[in-house]
Amino acid sequence: MAEPEQLVVEAERQAAAATTVDELSAVRTAMTGKRSPLVAARKALGDLEPDARKEAGQALNAAKTAIDEILSAREAELSAAARAEQLAAERLDLTEVTELAADGHLHVITQTWQELEDVFVGMGYRVAEGPEIESEWYNFGALNFPLGHPARDMYDTLYVDYGEPGTTLLRTHTSPVQARVMENQEPPIYVVAPGRCFRQDTADATHMPVFHQIEGLVVDRDTTLGDLAGTIEAFTAAYFGPGFTSRLRPSYFPFTEPSAEFDIQRPDGTWLELGGCGMVHPNVFEACGIDPEQWQGFAFGFGIDRLALIRFGIDDLRELWTNDVRFLGQF
Amino acid sequence: MKVLLSWLREFAPDIEGEPEHLAEVLSDLGLAVEELSHVGQGLDGIVVAEVLATRPHPDADRIHLVDVDAGDGEALQVCCGAFNMAVGDLVPLATLGTTMPNGMEIARRKMRGEWSNGMLCSGAEIGMGDDHEGILILDQGLSLGAPLTEALGIHPDVLFDLEVNPNRPDAMSVMGVARDLAARLGVPFAVTAPQVVEVGQPAAERAAVSIAAPDFCQRFGIRVLDNVPSGPSPRWMANRLLAVGQRPINAVVDLSNYVMFELGQPNHTYDLDLVPGGELGVRMAHRGEQLITLDGVERTLTIYDGVIVNRDDEAIGLAGVMGGASTEISADTHSVLLEAAWWDPMTIARTARRLGLRSEASARFERGADSEIIPMALDRFAELAAALGGTTSPDMVDAIGNRPEPITVRVRSQRVNSILGTELSTDEMTDLLEPIGFACESSGDSQEFEVSIPSWRLDSATEIDVIEEVGRLHGYSKITRTVPVTEQAGALTPQQQDRRRIRALLTGMGISEAMPLPFLAPGDLARAGLGDDGITVTNPLVAEESIMRTSLRPGLLKAVAYNAARRTTGVSLFEIGRINPGGGGDLPDEHEHLAVILAGEEATAATTLWRRLARHMAVTQPGVANGPVDGLHPGRSGQVLADGQPVGALGEIDPQVLDAYEIDERVAWLEVDLGALLGADRGLAPYRAPSRYPSSDIDLAFTVPDEVSADEVAATIAQAGGDLLDSVSLFDVFRSEQLGEGCRSLAYTLRFEAADRTLNDAEVAQARQSCIDAVTTAHNATLRG
Repeated sequence: MAEPEQLVVEAERQAAAATTVDELSAVRTAMTGKRSPLVAARKALGDLEPDARKEAGQALNAAKTAIDEILSAREAELSAAARAEQLAAERLDLTEVTELAADGHLHVITQTWQELEDVFVGMGYRVAEGPEIESEWYNFGALNFPLGHPARDMYDTLYVDYGEPGTTLLRTHTSPVQARVMENQEPPIYVVAPGRCFRQDTADATHMPVFHQIEGLVVDRDTTLGDLAGTIEAFTAAYFGPGFTSRLRPSYFPFTEPSAEFDIQRPDGTWLELGGCGMVHPNVFEACGIDPEQWQGFAFGFGIDRLALIRFGIDDLRELWTNDVRFLGQF
Repeated sequence: MKVLLSWLREFAPDIEGEPEHLAEVLSDLGLAVEELSHVGQGLDGIVVAEVLATRPHPDADRIHLVDVDAGDGEALQVCCGAFNMAVGDLVPLATLGTTMPNGMEIARRKMRGEWSNGMLCSGAEIGMGDDHEGILILDQGLSLGAPLTEALGIHPDVLFDLEVNPNRPDAMSVMGVARDLAARLGVPFAVTAPQVVEVGQPAAERAAVSIAAPDFCQRFGIRVLDNVPSGPSPRWMANRLLAVGQRPINAVVDLSNYVMFELGQPNHTYDLDLVPGGELGVRMAHRGEQLITLDGVERTLTIYDGVIVNRDDEAIGLAGVMGGASTEISADTHSVLLEAAWWDPMTIARTARRLGLRSEASARFERGADSEIIPMALDRFAELAAALGGTTSPDMVDAIGNRPEPITVRVRSQRVNSILGTELSTDEMTDLLEPIGFACESSGDSQEFEVSIPSWRLDSATEIDVIEEVGRLHGYSKITRTVPVTEQAGALTPQQQDRRRIRALLTGMGISEAMPLPFLAPGDLARAGLGDDGITVTNPLVAEESIMRTSLRPGLLKAVAYNAARRTTGVSLFEIGRINPGGGGDLPDEHEHLAVILAGEEATAATTLWRRLARHMAVTQPGVANGPVDGLHPGRSGQVLADGQPVGALGEIDPQVLDAYEIDERVAWLEVDLGALLGADRGLAPYRAPSRYPSSDIDLAFTVPDEVSADEVAATIAQAGGDLLDSVSLFDVFRSEQLGEGCRSLAYTLRFEAADRTLNDAEVAQARQSCIDAVTTAHNATLRG
């Protein structure tokens, strides 16, 4: 029977010889398993005299402890080496990527449209909508453009073949939504109506037969022209930022009176003509079933497309409609 | 509308201030100044010179040499690129050292070896008209060497180019602009009555007017003039006309234009000898009536056009739009009938538009001229003509049609302040109104007053019109700005929020938003394999914009083709837009659609997309029903279902359509009617806590005939699996020779789970068997392996 000390030496030799965790596992079985010399020696202890048995038992226990420590230490070494090898083998060059998945981009018109909606929602407005193919009545009649009124010529209207000739058209502005809202909602009314509009126009850098506008309408008990000017100013600050101011200049629209153009002054002092506005004309209120002696209101409207051009530094309106991904992907 | 500051000052001499300030004031009055320019300035150094000789340049074809005498009797050689002068002509010479209005400095220099000692000027170069081509030939009789400004009576002046709104007929005249400006500046405004010396036979004995269309013609005034000058108009008048953009023609035409610009009243002259008996009439034209207008064009008239007729009822003029050729003034004209009339704005607008004859005159009549100004306009013409030797018969012929009563408006001061947001007193309001001719009378009540609308403001008739005038004259910029407060919380509707959710989902999936034009050309729908053309546009400018779309497909196909032609394939785009599928009530039906086009993808990519969209939008029972769809690959297309109802189509674009668009890759397609998706009731499904007990997965593979869709099999499994089945998902599909033609293997993972316990093997086995039995029975399928 081997001496315990020899067993420890042998274990040390075999553990050092093991080069993998699996090999070490075999060594552990051989050295401490059921059929190991250590276990056999322990079984043989019963044959000894009590005194000798005690001494030999202590020696065996010490050897067992020593062997376990040797094996654990070696196992730690081997696992660390294995892990290091695996990690080394898994090394990646993180710039080895073949394809960048495309980003999706919202169209610049949508981005501008949503920003405008957000500004007005923040000011307490709701967002209204209306049809793009509109009746002559809502586009003109309800808005105080009597039939044959020369002001109708200011709008190069596109008509469609539907119903009686001249009764159905592609809306030339978002203002018909004003009339539709007033017909369907009791005041007070605070709405904006962004939408697509159409004109008989030849496409060039600054004109398109299709464009987008946003309309605002407020109807309340004592809404004033001062409220209109203040609202335009508040919008200007909210949308364009600090340092931008606005002014109103008298103008003419059949559906508002007094009417005005509104301009935005940039921090560098230059002006941008933005849109039209005014106090809702009493004839419009009456056409929509609202008593102009009880309610007052204002409306304003301006183009979304041109704002998008300015905001993104685009110099040709036609670019908005090409759908070239090299354009779409920039915004 | 262009106005000169000097001309404005003839009505309001005290108008003072920097031109830039005056421009701001005009804009603030609603007369937007589009351009402010200084005229008659920067002409120092330009003198009158006489052409002594011209000869070719020895070394150049495009310029020649001109010898001029600039007053010192010496011949001065100048190189010149214009050839329109003759020996003896007087021309403007920019002498050496002159700085031209455009900043160019004139120095002695050699041009192709010949010295040029100055420059001969065109009208455009010195701010006199638009002619860039030729050298300005000056009137004879000017002294050589005299500064041009002195010789021509040119004074430094300021020109305002105003944008006049359709509701401001009064501002279409120098007088009207001066009235507004003087009122705002608080300086006096006055109109001096023209002085007419009358001689000879009274007008009434030489001319007559009968009005047979009294609504169309409210007033028709005539003066008869003799000895009308045939030469050019005086220089000062020509200078003014040039400055406001009107080319001088001859004295009679220039006088007519001058009076129109000054007072806003268009007028017309007839050669009296060509008007039998001097008798004129006004009536509406007969249908098909012919008239040769001044421009020599034969016009065919309608009953909506007004005409001037002679004694024989023959049309000799298109009222308010253009005179007739038969009575035109010529060099031989001795006596003229001068007409100043008021015409119905709508009639003039219609005629001018129909015949494409818009003019300075029709522009004024369309807005509504001032019938009260007619006598003064006639007198002003006579006064100016007298300075040129013309004489005027006593009196005017003044024919009157149906004239409306003058309008008075009751104005409530409180209402004015309530609309404007001001706190003006009644006196302050009337002080603003009186200077622009809105006469105000106290009504006894200090809170109200009566306003008489002046004849030159046909746009004004109601209280709100007067309120606008108060606001305008007070100044919009002086009104205190306030922001109205609403109790309403601003918000997007659920539909509008959903649109944003969809856009966010799609862009998050790498799909960009496109914006194709909503118009189509004839044949575009057929090219995309779609049905009949949609609603047509009645008056498109180009055929490409003549049809409203019935589908978003042609636009997105065009976008993919556009990018493919620029070597970008695999493009993924979506659009949210309106279509008009046909049908409708008062208005055509209008649907909002979402379409997604995935170039380089197969049909199932569209299914995956629809599933994700449906899940994201909580669509109830989303599905796909295989089957042919117009314009899509017949074996790779189907209907999109929501709640069992068709709401769109998906699949792959028909290869034939792709050929037509020259697209070389497969293209997956999804189009959904958003009406079915937006604003759906979401979040109502009761919350279900995740089970605390382990779930069990089993895989089942079936051989299934091709006619049965994978969805149908999954639905059968889902039903058979009962409450214990947590999910079923397809994970593998394959076809092989062993399986045979007409069928394929579909493999699903089934996950079983209970909320209150761990399932035992027997329970799972039983559920598994139920699923197998259901599928094999329902779909003629067999379990594999």
